[in-house]
Amino acid sequence: MAAEPGLLGLLAAGVLIAVAVGLSAAQHLGLGRALLWAAARALVQLAAIGVVLGLLLAEDTPMAWSWAWVVVMVGFAAWTTSRRAPEVPGILPLALAAYSASVVVTLAVLFGLGVFELTARTLVPLAGLVVGNSLAATVLVGRRLVEGLDERRDEVEARLALGMTSEQAAAPVVRDAVRTALIPQVETTKAVGIVFLPGAMVGLILAGADPAAAVKVQLAVMYLVLGSVATTTAVVALGVRRLAFSPDHRLVLPARAPDSRRR
Amino acid sequence: MPVFQLRDVTVRRAGAVVLDHLDLEVPAEGLTVLTGPSGSGKSTVLRLCNRLLVPDAGVVEFRGADVAQLDPCALRRRVGMVFQRPTPFAGSVRDNLAAAGADDDARAAALLDAVALDEGFLGRDARELSGGEQQRMCLARALATGPEALLVDEGTSALDREATRTLEELVAGLAAAGHPVLWVTHDEAQVDRIADHRRSLGRARGR
Repeated sequence: MAAEPGLLGLLAAGVLIAVAVGLSAAQHLGLGRALLWAAARALVQLAAIGVVLGLLLAEDTPMAWSWAWVVVMVGFAAWTTSRRAPEVPGILPLALAAYSASVVVTLAVLFGLGVFELTARTLVPLAGLVVGNSLAATVLVGRRLVEGLDERRDEVEARLALGMTSEQAAAPVVRDAVRTALIPQVETTKAVGIVFLPGAMVGLILAGADPAAAVKVQLAVMYLVLGSVATTTAVVALGVRRLAFSPDHRLVLPARAPDSRRR
Repeated sequence: MPVFQLRDVTVRRAGAVVLDHLDLEVPAEGLTVLTGPSGSGKSTVLRLCNRLLVPDAGVVEFRGADVAQLDPCALRRRVGMVFQRPTPFAGSVRDNLAAAGADDDARAAALLDAVALDEGFLGRDARELSGGEQQRMCLARALATGPEALLVDEGTSALDREATRTLEELVAGLAAAGHPVLWVTHDEAQVDRIADHRRSLGRARGR
């Protein structure tokens, strides 16, 4: 029997928000409003996506609408990324390119190899997984790369001064930024099942699916997320590197705080 | 023919004029010291010489050739640079020299010898060396590309007195051995110790 909470059940779950708000007040964390706002936003956003998904998944809705929804998701994710990492040059077009590449690559593998059947029911949530799970890593790799090139400006220019290309001179900084962005996802993938049960699996099991089937779906999802995070971070890292240097191998990224850094 | 020549060079940065129609000649032999008040654009001149920076107007020449027409990577291998603060790369001294192309121990040891470090330093962690040793290793690394000329950007400002003298003697020796050097400093006593030729930015600016 599938476990689906009724309206009363949802209200009861809302009690947990009240607990959190109460704790915040007792500890003087000043997070009460933020907690309520977040809970309210989640409610509205999820209700809205429920309606949209209902429309998209209806029998007579053409697949084109699902693809249009994927395009909207990619655009929204790119916009969110650019707001969270405004200091990264060209981040909006880069993020657009990164999420698009990631969606194309991962969905081509999933649907092309027949891991899942291509329907509105698989397309929209899988594309959402790809984009949503790549967002944090995409923001992180952009910020870390700009920070690294700025903080390690002397080292990068010393490499350029030895006659290295901008690609060679930036390589250690790019490597560190990509590693930093990928490690959380790698760690999550390693800990899965032992430390926590991921969302897709929890959802399937709560909905009454056979645990073995839930495991298979979850594995496909985790590999999908790992692949998409790797794709987006690589695209953003290469793009930022191109923008930070001139074609004649000069570091042209503006210094952020030259007076405090250089004596 | 001068080793470096700047003709009517103007550089602006963030709206401010850093170099204003500057003409400057660096002789093809000996050690030329470039002085000038803080903010007068001394470091900017050095960075123009190996094209880490390009001017907004004017021409920079290396041995008579417009640097804008040269391959930047090839130019930088011909013009070595020592920065204000040591810039050791992660890894050993051997790794640092290999990054500049000195990838066999015999060659690396010869480069270390040229900067008065023995080959025992090869396996040492570059970032664990003293400031003076790091700066000498950076000089050796710059020499690894076989440069014809050398740029030194206040290369001793982070060093103590003894390390400063050692680096001065090493670079003066290179200049005497036929590598023209352009050395930026604001230390008048250092000018007296090392200069074969003097150039001052205060004089050249503001036409």
